[in-house]
Amino acid sequence: MSVLVYAEHDNAALNKVTLSVVAAAKAIGGDITVLVAGKGCGAVAEEAAKIDGVSKVLCADNDAYEHQLAENVGDLVAEVAADYTHVLAAATTTGKNFAPRTAALLDVAQVSEISEVIDADTFKRPIYAGNAIATVKSSDAKKVITVRGTSFDGVAAEGGSAAVEALDVAKNAGTSSFVGEELAKSDRPELTSAEIVISGGRGMGNGDNFEILYKLADKLGAGVGASRAAVDAGFVPNDMQVGQTGKIVAPNLYVAVGISGAIQHLAGMKDSKVIVAINKDEEAPIFQVADYGLVADLFEAVPELDGKL
Amino acid sequence: MKVLVPIKRVIDYNVKVRVKADNSGVDLANVKMAMNPFCEIAVEEAVRLKEKGVVTEIVAVSIGPKTAQEQLRTAMALGADRSILVETDEDVQPLGIAKALKAIVDEEKPELVILGKQAIDGDNNQTGQMLAALTGMPQGTFASEVNVADGKVKVTREIDGGLQTVELSLPAVVTTDLRLNEPRYASLPNIMKAKKKPLDTKTAADLGVDLTPRVTTVSVEAPAERQAGIIVGSVDELVEKLKNEAKVI
Ligand SMILES: Cc1cc2nc3c(=O)[nH]c(=O)nc-3n(C[C@H](O)[C@H](O)[C@H](O)COP(=O)(O)OP(=O)(O)OC[C@H]3O[C@@H](n4cnc5c(N)ncnc54)[C@H](O)[C@@H]3O)c2cc1C
Ligand SMILES: Cc1cc2nc3c(=O)[nH]c(=O)nc-3n(C[C@H](O)[C@H](O)[C@H](O)COP(=O)(O)OP(=O)(O)OC[C@H]3O[C@@H](n4cnc5c(N)ncnc54)[C@H](O)[C@@H]3O)c2cc1C
Repeated sequence: MSVLVYAEHDNAALNKVTLSVVAAAKAIGGDITVLVAGKGCGAVAEEAAKIDGVSKVLCADNDAYEHQLAENVGDLVAEVAADYTHVLAAATTTGKNFAPRTAALLDVAQVSEISEVIDADTFKRPIYAGNAIATVKSSDAKKVITVRGTSFDGVAAEGGSAAVEALDVAKNAGTSSFVGEELAKSDRPELTSAEIVISGGRGMGNGDNFEILYKLADKLGAGVGASRAAVDAGFVPNDMQVGQTGKIVAPNLYVAVGISGAIQHLAGMKDSKVIVAINKDEEAPIFQVADYGLVADLFEAVPELDGKL
Repeated sequence: MKVLVPIKRVIDYNVKVRVKADNSGVDLANVKMAMNPFCEIAVEEAVRLKEKGVVTEIVAVSIGPKTAQEQLRTAMALGADRSILVETDEDVQPLGIAKALKAIVDEEKPELVILGKQAIDGDNNQTGQMLAALTGMPQGTFASEVNVADGKVKVTREIDGGLQTVELSLPAVVTTDLRLNEPRYASLPNIMKAKKKPLDTKTAADLGVDLTPRVTTVSVEAPAERQAGIIVGSVDELVEKLKNEAKVI
C-alpha cells in the first residue's frame, strides 16, 4: 500500500489539518507521500518533510496551482495518483472542491469525510448530519478519500526527515480563473483547531453584541463561531458558521450562547468534549446535549462569566 | 441559454432520522420526503436567472425512484419548464449519478448546470464536482453569488477562510450554498400548471450508463448518544464546575 496525502496550506505555511490527514494515512498503512501544490510553496514542502511518518514530499510549484483551482489541482492529483493505492485530502472546502473531480477522472467513487479507518478498504463516515454513522467498504482498486480532521488526532509536526522532490507537472485547464478573495482576518485561533470555541446564535440580537463573546474568547484564548441563523441575519461572516453545512469542530470546551440546538447545528459540535449552553429558554434542545446548562439571559450571564474568570 | 438543475428526493430536513434495528440503514418507511434544501436553492437561482432574461429554459432532472416525480413537479411549480426522471430503485451513488447526468448533458447541451452542494442524507458533496470532471466543465462550488455575463459566469464561493471569487467559461457547473438565495414557495396556480408540464421518464439503460455502486454500506449505526448533563444554578457554579470538575479552563 502507498498513500498520497494532499497538503492543505496557503503557500506560506502548512495547515494543521494535514497532520490529521497523515494520521488517517497511518491508520491505513503503507508508505506516506505528501503532495504540496501551490505557488512559491517551497517552505510548505520543507515543513511537510518534517512531519512524523512521511517518507517523501512532492512539490508542484506552479502558477496554475496558486489558488487551488479545482480544475487544475484535480487534474494534477489524478495524474500523480497513478503510483498510489489511496489518495487522501482534508474535508475542507479545498479538499471537497477538487477530490471528487480527481475521483471521477480516475473512474472511482470517493469516500467523503471519513471519521474512522477500519481497514484499507473499510471506513466509517457520518451521514444524515451525523444522526447515523455508516460503515462503508470500497471495491475500487484506488481510493479517493476526504478526512474529517477533528476525528483524527494529528501526528507530530516534527520528527521526520523526508526528501523533497520537485514535480514539474503543469496542469492548466484554462477554463477557470481566480478573480479575488475576502479572507477573514482574525488573531483568534482557527475554529477547527481551537481548544475552546464560543459560539453565538440568533439570541445575540445583532453583530455588535458579539463583542461580549470576542472579549470572553480573548480571555480564554478561544475561537468564536456562530449558528447559521446568526450568519444569515448578517451578525457575522459565513466562515464562522458551525454545523452540518458549516465547520465541524470538536474542541475541549464548546460554549453555545443564544443557540437553540437545531440538529444541523449539533452536527457540527456534538463531538466536543465538554459542552456549555447559555440560553434563557429552559426547553431549548441544546440543553439535551450540554454537560452544563445555565438558564439565563445571555446579556447578564456572559459579562458576569467574563468578570469571574 | 438553457439551464439543467439536478434535484434529489431526500428525507425532509425536519425529520429526526432513526437507524433501523438491523443496522442495514435508516428507516425511510412512512417518513416525510422532500426536495433536498440545496436543490431548492438551485431551482430558485435558475428561476431568478430566467426572470432576469439570462436563461430561456430550465430543465429539472432527478435520478431515483418513481416517487421522485413529486419533487420534479415541485421544481416545475417553482418555475422549471420541463423535467426528466431517470427511474431506478438502485442505491445510486454520486459517481453513477454524475455519469447519468453527463449523458443528459450530452443530449440537452445546457450552458449551465446548477446543483446543490450536498444532499442532506448522504452528505457526500461530490456530484457536481464529478459531473464537472466528466464533462470537462469548470466548476463554481459552494456558491453564494452567481453572475452570468459575456459568455462567462462569475461565482463567489463560501470557503473555510471567507469568500473566493472565480470566473468560469461556459458551459459550467455551479453548486449552491445556503446563502445564495431564499427559495420562494410554490403558489397554488403554479402547482396546478406544473401538473401539465412535460415530465419524461428514462432508464439508466436508455442513457447507456452503469450505475453499479462501488461502495457498499456494511452497516449503519446510531451515533454515541450524549448524556444530558446538569443545569447549574449560577455563573459561580458554572465557573467552579469548569475549573474543578471538567478541568477545561
Ligand atoms: C439544509 C440546512 C442546513 C443547515 N445547516 C446549518 C448549519 O450548518 N449550522 C447551523 O447552525 N444551522 C444550520 N441550519 C439551520 C438550523 O436548522 C437552525 O435554523 C439554526 O441553527 C438556528 O440558529 P439559532 O439556534 O441561532 O437560532 P434560534 O433557533 O432562533 O435560537 C435562538 C436561541 O436563542 C435564545 N435566546 C434568545 N435571546 C436570548 C437571551 N437574551 N439570552 C439567552 N438566550 C437567548 C432563544 O431561547 C433560542 O433558543 C441548517 C438548516 C438547513 C435547512
Ligand atoms: C432508492 C435509493 C435507495 C438508496 N439507499 C441508500 C442507502 O441505503 N444508503 C446510502 O448511503 N445511499 C443510498 N442511496 C444513495 C444515496 O442516497 C445518494 O443518492 C447518493 O449517495 C448520492 O449522494 P449525495 O446525495 O450525498 O450526493 P451529493 O453529491 O451530496 O449531492 C449533491 C447534489 O447532486 C445532485 N444529486 C444528487 N443525487 C441526485 C439524484 N439522485 N438525482 C438528481 N440529482 C442528484 C443534487 O443537485 C444534489 O444537491 C439510495 C438511493 C436511491 C435512489
